[in-house]
Amino acid sequence: MIIDLERFVTAERPYWTELDTLLNRIETDSRGTMQLDEARRFHYLYERTAAGLAKLNTFSAEPETRRYLENLVGRAYSEINETRERQHRFSPWLWFFRTLPQTFRRRIRAFWMAIGVTLAGALFGGLAMAFDPGSKEAIMPAMFANHLGDPSDRVAEEEKDRDAKSATGMTSFSAQLMVNNISVSIRALAFGITYGIGTIILLFYNGVILGVISVDYVMAGQTTFLLAWLLPHGAIELPAIFIAAQAGLVLAGALIGWGRRETLRARMREIAPDLVTLIFGVALMLVWAGIVEAFFSQFLAPVLPYSVKIAFGCVELVLLVFFLSRCGKAAENSGFQVPRSELKTLARPA
Amino acid sequence: MTPTLNIRTPEGVVFSQQLAGPMTRMLAWSIDLLVLFGLTVLLIFVLMFLSIVSIGIAQAVGALAFFVLKMGYSIFTEWRWRGQTIGKRTLRLRVVDVHGLRLKFGQVVIRNLLRTVDMLPGPYLVGGLACLLNSRCQRLGDLAANTIVIRIPKLTEPNLDQLMADKYNSLRAHPHLEARLRQRVSPAEASVALQAIVRRDLLEPRARVELFEELAAHFKGKVQFPQEATEGITDEQYVRNVVDCLFRPGRKAALIAQPRPEAAPAKDGPVLTA
Repeated sequence: MIIDLERFVTAERPYWTELDTLLNRIETDSRGTMQLDEARRFHYLYERTAAGLAKLNTFSAEPETRRYLENLVGRAYSEINETRERQHRFSPWLWFFRTLPQTFRRRIRAFWMAIGVTLAGALFGGLAMAFDPGSKEAIMPAMFANHLGDPSDRVAEEEKDRDAKSATGMTSFSAQLMVNNISVSIRALAFGITYGIGTIILLFYNGVILGVISVDYVMAGQTTFLLAWLLPHGAIELPAIFIAAQAGLVLAGALIGWGRRETLRARMREIAPDLVTLIFGVALMLVWAGIVEAFFSQFLAPVLPYSVKIAFGCVELVLLVFFLSRCGKAAENSGFQVPRSELKTLARPA
Repeated sequence: MTPTLNIRTPEGVVFSQQLAGPMTRMLAWSIDLLVLFGLTVLLIFVLMFLSIVSIGIAQAVGALAFFVLKMGYSIFTEWRWRGQTIGKRTLRLRVVDVHGLRLKFGQVVIRNLLRTVDMLPGPYLVGGLACLLNSRCQRLGDLAANTIVIRIPKLTEPNLDQLMADKYNSLRAHPHLEARLRQRVSPAEASVALQAIVRRDLLEPRARVELFEELAAHFKGKVQFPQEATEGITDEQYVRNVVDCLFRPGRKAALIAQPRPEAAPAKDGPVLTA
């Protein structure tokens, strides 16, 4: 019990100010470390302030001071009790070649599910197109209006316009593609919060469009053009969208928590680093896909033979499969695990 | 009443974080929108200069820069300033981990990416609704990232000089009732009474009389002092005596009439007792 609050505050204030100053320093210089004596002093100040707060809690007056102390104790508590992950410097190399593929493999079930939903959509779209070609207009969104006509006419037009593309125009087009695709990927992840329903609808609809366009071009005898047009960028772009949806489905899985005994918060805490890893991986893939789509996919035969474009797309796909299935495997097998997220950059006081 | 989140430390000390409500968060977001608008205008000027060199490059840079600005502003500022954007800094708000632990980069990214859903279908309708329905005022992004938005309090000390330093306090003559008063009055009630005393000169005369009448009635309901302690004093004096008892306990009635021994060194016994 505090006999004299005024004297108590006066006596304790220097310690609170010292802790506040120390916390400001730690929060400003998050990579900084402490000497042993300094760390001990920090812990002492935290305990003393926490004890002061406990004493003040029994007292009806001074709500402002109590709130101030709660804030100080809260800040110090977060610095001292943070034990979730080892702190280390972020290494882009390790993150890309180990963390990203390892995370992808750890969540592979969600990836297969994303592909399954897209294939179901593609099957639906393909069948709709095969049995009722008139449904194309109803299914295709406005942004695909240039695909509503006869594919053969479009191919002829595209091949005729091959000289019209300028380097600056392609740069701008590339940037717009990146922005659009990354936005779609972010939506695929974010809609996972709707228990995955939004992600599944988005995937299914994308699948339907893909199915309609594919069957439309195949039925018009333009299969080679379709492959040459889609494969160079699609070999990276489509898997990127699947991985974004994979992240969304992982989020949905954590929300649902089927057969798991952890609390919702614990489940969310567990998947958070994986979601961040996957979505940053997707962004990188889509930057590459945007460049390829603008600077490579747009060139058609005879400027660029279709066989070269198809071969390029196939090589990309093989490399991607190799990257996702093999990279970081040796570290996994040897028992060395890179922490789930390489993106933790704060260093705790030693 | 302000919603709070209580956290118990391993040492057994409980501290609470004052949660920010949807309206305060909306104001912070509005400030951030203004900042983003300013940055966008700045970017347009830069792009205008760039377009002199090449329109295509200016368009490409523009498309990427607007996207990075839109998505990256909150992620960058919240990460760089430990849970604060410019709007949140202005309104003294901060994003923190729901367990009171340090905010992680992943949490910052997830809560900001899920803004896409929170902003649907209009300006923050989903997020605002989630915030209203959730006891911790979390939007969907906060739920996924395990974060909350709290208010950061300022240390404002009560100006004890404004309390009756040199005046007689009739309630002091009844220490057992005084102790009961301190026991029964909550911190919030004590704060209201203190603020009323501190700001009394700012009030209109009529409002002042009504306020202290109401406050005096409230505190009289808490503890019944004998008639001789309350006789002949106004409601304002009564509240002032109550505040004096609450904020400056342990003083004897006789001492109150003396000038405050503020300058006296701390040599008269321990400050705290068990």
